[in-house]
Amino acid sequence: MSHIRIENLSVQFGDHQALRDVSIDVKRHAVTAIIGPSGCGKSTLIRSINRMHDTIPTSAVSGKIFLDGEDVLKMSDVTALRRRVGMVFQRPNPFPTMSIYDNVAAGLRLNGKQNRREMEERVVKSITQAALWNEVKDRLHKSPMSLSGGQQQRLCIARALAVQPEVLLLDEPCSALDPIATARVEELIDELKSRFTIVMVTHNMQQAARTSQYTAFMYMGQLIEYGNTTELFTKPKVQQTEDYITGRFG
Amino acid sequence: MGDRIFKQAVTGVALLIVTITIALGVMLVWQSWPALKSMGFKFITTSHWNPVLEEYGILPLIFGTIVSSFLALCIAGPIGLGIAIFLSELAPRWLGGIVGFLVELLAAIPSVIFGLWGILYLVPVLRTQVEPWLIEHAAGFPLFEGPPYGVGMLAASLILAIMVIPILSSVCRDVLRAVPREQREAAYALGATRWEVIRISVVSYAKSGIFGALFLGLGRALGETMAVTMVIGNSPIISKSILAPAQTMASMIANEFAEASSDMYVSAVIAVALMLFVLTLIINGFARFLVHKTAHPTG
Amino acid sequence: MKTSLRRRLSNRLFLLATVGCALVALIPLFLILGRLVQDGMQSLNWAFLTQMPAPVGEVGGGMANAIMGTGMIVGMAMLIGIPLGIGGGIYLSEYGRGQLAFWLRYLSDLLAGTPSIVIGIFVYVLIVVPTKHFSALAGSVALGIMMVPTITRTTEEMLKMVPRDLREASLALGISQWRTILSIVLAAGSSGIITGILLSISRVAGETAPLLFTAFGNRFWNTDVSQPTAALPLQIFAYAISPYDDWQSQAWAGALLLIMLVLCLNVTARFIRRGH
Repeated sequence: MSHIRIENLSVQFGDHQALRDVSIDVKRHAVTAIIGPSGCGKSTLIRSINRMHDTIPTSAVSGKIFLDGEDVLKMSDVTALRRRVGMVFQRPNPFPTMSIYDNVAAGLRLNGKQNRREMEERVVKSITQAALWNEVKDRLHKSPMSLSGGQQQRLCIARALAVQPEVLLLDEPCSALDPIATARVEELIDELKSRFTIVMVTHNMQQAARTSQYTAFMYMGQLIEYGNTTELFTKPKVQQTEDYITGRFG
Repeated sequence: MGDRIFKQAVTGVALLIVTITIALGVMLVWQSWPALKSMGFKFITTSHWNPVLEEYGILPLIFGTIVSSFLALCIAGPIGLGIAIFLSELAPRWLGGIVGFLVELLAAIPSVIFGLWGILYLVPVLRTQVEPWLIEHAAGFPLFEGPPYGVGMLAASLILAIMVIPILSSVCRDVLRAVPREQREAAYALGATRWEVIRISVVSYAKSGIFGALFLGLGRALGETMAVTMVIGNSPIISKSILAPAQTMASMIANEFAEASSDMYVSAVIAVALMLFVLTLIINGFARFLVHKTAHPTG
Repeated sequence: MKTSLRRRLSNRLFLLATVGCALVALIPLFLILGRLVQDGMQSLNWAFLTQMPAPVGEVGGGMANAIMGTGMIVGMAMLIGIPLGIGGGIYLSEYGRGQLAFWLRYLSDLLAGTPSIVIGIFVYVLIVVPTKHFSALAGSVALGIMMVPTITRTTEEMLKMVPRDLREASLALGISQWRTILSIVLAAGSSGIITGILLSISRVAGETAPLLFTAFGNRFWNTDVSQPTAALPLQIFAYAISPYDDWQSQAWAGALLLIMLVLCLNVTARFIRRGH
């Protein structure tokens, strides 16, 4: 059954139309990949789901995004929405002035969770879920800047998990990582899908094919094709999709 | 909810800062109005300052302020520019770091300490050695006439020069560093020597910024109070000789405000503060315009 | 074709002249610091730090009241200047569009260039006249106002340098915007902001002119913020222009103490900035 249901979503930044009439159903507890050439609106699409466009004054969003039947765009409490919908960004962005532990605890603390023991449990659990525990357990109170890029990215995933979201948005989470770190993160995504609904933007088709169950192909702000990953990659219905996945594209 | 309150709070702070600054200007005008109204233009065109007769003419103060600052810039300008060229074009990194740091230390010394050093060290040296020599060797030249007081225009200008060197050199350095690489390369490609590159391409490109730095230094010198008060001799006279005592607007305020007894007297001193405020406002505005033009050529 | 001798010589000459400029500027620095250490050390002792000024004609005494006064006045100035400065900086970097931001930028530049004695007069009219008292509080207001432009500007610049990534990371965790600004953005820019604050403190701690008609000075011990209060720079000024050798040497000692305070703050500030 679908967890997020997007209907006729259009997004505009000033004069620039970034998304045009996109409708898509995101399935619960599965990985949905969004692929397409750069500038096609992939990031714009997932950033609509947790309303990151609110921070850009010139943006205009229209359409409907239902999260379990409730329209995201009509919610009055954006921070509550963002706690339900976590996000991991393209480049690892841990808070540089906080320790590893504090980074993971940040979301809990600033959202007003104070119980020390509970918090510690949650932090440890999140780091473990992010498959980072063995690597950082001895230096939880050190700066995150000493970690490698891949570790930093998994730390950012742990930070997002600590708030206990239902949905995890991943915006090209591996684009700044080396192949080995990428493999670790992909494994992690595979493990997480049993508990979270994951929407992942990627420019890497192999990654989409390897990790996702559903794939959406976007081009020039429009959704071209959406379906089961295996089907989309083996028997695309639209010519543009076929051109893109076979590399015959502009 | 929290967001709205927070935004309102910082907006309130922004409004408060703006209000304070506007209040400063309004208050000065309002408080100096009685004196300005009674004196009219004579306030700035006459030379008699006599609170007992309620005569307030500040021409000697304007003279003292502008001449002392101007002389200071004549001394400090070339030195500041020289340091800036040294720092931005010549010095190896480590040496530039040390010299830059030391020059900035000079800027950190409080005004009253310059004054202390000036009155107890520089002034005696001027009085017993420099000024007698000047008077003897420049016999008849009006700039160096009269008895060697030690305190006076010369002492004030020297102290001011030392005090404005740091701002001149640091602004000039920033301006020179903003000169695009191609400018230098173009001159080098013509076979210019290092000095010629600096002269024809770097300095001429940065000319308006350098003038801006000079005006910023001027703005600083005009309002400088303590050090000047301590070494200028505090006599509101207009003399041809730079050895004679003088007085600046700021030093007069420092000396007389606490003693001002009548309302009109207080108002007159505040009017001097208003003149000083307006003068520095114009000079600084012009300076920032010039510096900005060089540092952001397109904007 | 070889570069002519004249051109090569003038090249050397002018390059050397710039080195000369640097030396000329450093001579007064070393002369002043040398004097301070030489003359200041003689009188800078325990009694100087702990005793009150001796009556005219008596030898000895110290500046305990002025040290206390400077601490009090600068401390209160920080309470005024730091929140206002940081608040203004946050406004400019986070919400700063439109009229108010334009005026705030313009007027805080104007305030930064305003002679300190003019600010002293302003605070005299604003506070001393209505309360009918010279007071430590009035001195603090004057110094606090002087701190604001520097802190506002550095805060704005530092916050603008904080990458967008970091704000988004925080917002995406469901942290509200104001908490994001206070806990994430401000923390990320903190080293630069602290540098700006320390520099502004080091500047106002040595200011005399704005205190002349506000804190005014006091030969006695005072901890009441509504009363005239001594301050190191005021006391140095009073002693420096006095005709007594003994007071002049006290002025040197006070100056040495003041410069140590100011330079410590200044160097610490630069050290913090370089550390990042």
